[in-house]
Amino acid sequence: MARIIVVTSGKGGVGKTTTSAAIAMGLAKKGHKTAIIDFDVGLRNLDLIMGCERRVVYDFINVINGEASISQALIRDKNCNLLYILPASQTRDKDALSKEGVGRVLEELSQEFKYIVCDSPAGIEKGANLALYYADDAFVVTNPEISSVRDSDRMLGLLSSKSRRAERNEEPIKEYLLLTRYDPSRVKSGEMLALDDVQEILSLQLLGIVPESKSVLTASNAGIPVILDEKSEAGQAYEDIVARYLGEERPHRFIDGKRGFLKMLFGGRS
Amino acid sequence: MSSNQQKKQTNVSSVIEFKSSTFFAPILILFDNDIAAIELALQEKIQQAPEFFKNSPLIIDVSESNKLDCAINIADIANVLRKIGLFPVGIRGGNGQQNTQARALFIPIDTARTAGSKISDENTQKQSSVNKPSEPEKEIIEEPVVTPQSTPEPTTETTLITQPVRSGQRIYASGDLIIMSQVSAGAEIMAEGNIHVYNTLRGRALAGVQGKTDARIFCLDLQAELISIAGDYKIYEDLNKQISKKPVQIYLKDHALIIQEII
Ligand SMILES: Nc1ncnc2c1ncn2[C@@H]1O[C@H](COP(=O)(O)OP(=O)(O)OP(=O)(O)O)[C@@H](O)[C@H]1O
Ligand SMILES: [Mg+2]
Repeated sequence: MARIIVVTSGKGGVGKTTTSAAIAMGLAKKGHKTAIIDFDVGLRNLDLIMGCERRVVYDFINVINGEASISQALIRDKNCNLLYILPASQTRDKDALSKEGVGRVLEELSQEFKYIVCDSPAGIEKGANLALYYADDAFVVTNPEISSVRDSDRMLGLLSSKSRRAERNEEPIKEYLLLTRYDPSRVKSGEMLALDDVQEILSLQLLGIVPESKSVLTASNAGIPVILDEKSEAGQAYEDIVARYLGEERPHRFIDGKRGFLKMLFGGRS
Repeated sequence: MSSNQQKKQTNVSSVIEFKSSTFFAPILILFDNDIAAIELALQEKIQQAPEFFKNSPLIIDVSESNKLDCAINIADIANVLRKIGLFPVGIRGGNGQQNTQARALFIPIDTARTAGSKISDENTQKQSSVNKPSEPEKEIIEEPVVTPQSTPEPTTETTLITQPVRSGQRIYASGDLIIMSQVSAGAEIMAEGNIHVYNTLRGRALAGVQGKTDARIFCLDLQAELISIAGDYKIYEDLNKQISKKPVQIYLKDHALIIQEII
């Protein structure tokens, strides 16, 4: 049976798709057969970040409607043969998604895959609700600003009440915090919330902090999940996140500017 | 056509489903039929707690104004409410003509309690007409954490919540409510009895929502958006920020909320 991970946030543009692509690649690179599904119907961009936009023939909606089989629609990643992408449709609207249809697809994928990563659209509408409905784990992507934290809190409310696990009174979805686009200098200047501020409101298990980093944009322009850029801080942060999710203990990094500063100093010497 | 019909028949059981639920809506008690004055009063209230009233469903109670011979036109009041972003979803205490008007506007008529509406504090002044933002009617709980009992009798049952109550969640307890975790901003907790929060209270907490004036609210850190006991309320702006991060209790004395540190 697969473990279903939803990457969600409520607020838009906080880094869900970036995160989905990175952790799916990270899990696959660790040897776990992983599928990643784009739930952002009408606005697909996961395939761009994964660099497979030119290989899309069938999409998630085609599979739900029975117009294609799952194996016809799944795209094997060009960098890792344990990673498969199920792209969203750009031409349909969200109503094409149905709870029952999504359930069938996840059920079938579960036979074959170890992890299924669901890249949720922003908002708390149908697409986001369906992306979280079948989840076992939730990666709550939050930026260090009040509106994003508030939306994450709202999302957590939905996770604990609108999921299949909640409806069936099963063990609740495991919720993890991913604080992304964290910029220690802006935290210091008071423009951004600090980790502690965020945790005071959300009190969640922190899976990792992903610093604001130019390499994210570079990677997505190149169609390569940023986790493959091992030299970049964002890549390393996602690598840590995957390791922690899989049970490894690693100290948190990128919380304040000091570390980077020290590394700069000593890194130059050795 | 026959095949179409057949298809319909096979699907018919799956297109709808009835679930028992309750519906939550504040009651707006009118004491006058002066539309302009009502609109003004409403706008004032809404300004004090815009989030609280935003897109809120509402039941119009005209029994008081009718008693005072100020029968209001339902179409007029419904118009005003909709204009300022409230949704009238029911009317109670209306006379024949008002009920006809309501029906024409597709506003359901709450007959069950029309006769003697269940307002426990008789001496409510005009001022406090909208002071009961959350008198539970039938409730709709957006993301139910607890399924409320529909028994109208007062009950001493205690509801215990151990997970955080997140933004957008609502909890209604027909007795006392004990919450072991935080209550986020944008969450709403209501109890007919007392409320205990053994953590930070950032959302809205309404105790004694059926009029129990000796209900109390207890919490470890008061940062609430709104606190209310039996309809009398204070919003965050009115709170003394000195008392944050300290355990407090809140009770009602002569229609005023008293916030007191618990040593
Ligand atoms: N750690 C980061 N550092 C710098 N830029 C980032 C980082 N994470 C994400 N971004 C940028 O933020 C933008 C939004 O990212 P992304 O598309 O992953 O967000 P999203 O939450 O999926 O958005 P949507 O809600 O629209 O689906 C992109 O331009 C991306 O390059
Ligand atoms: Mg996205």
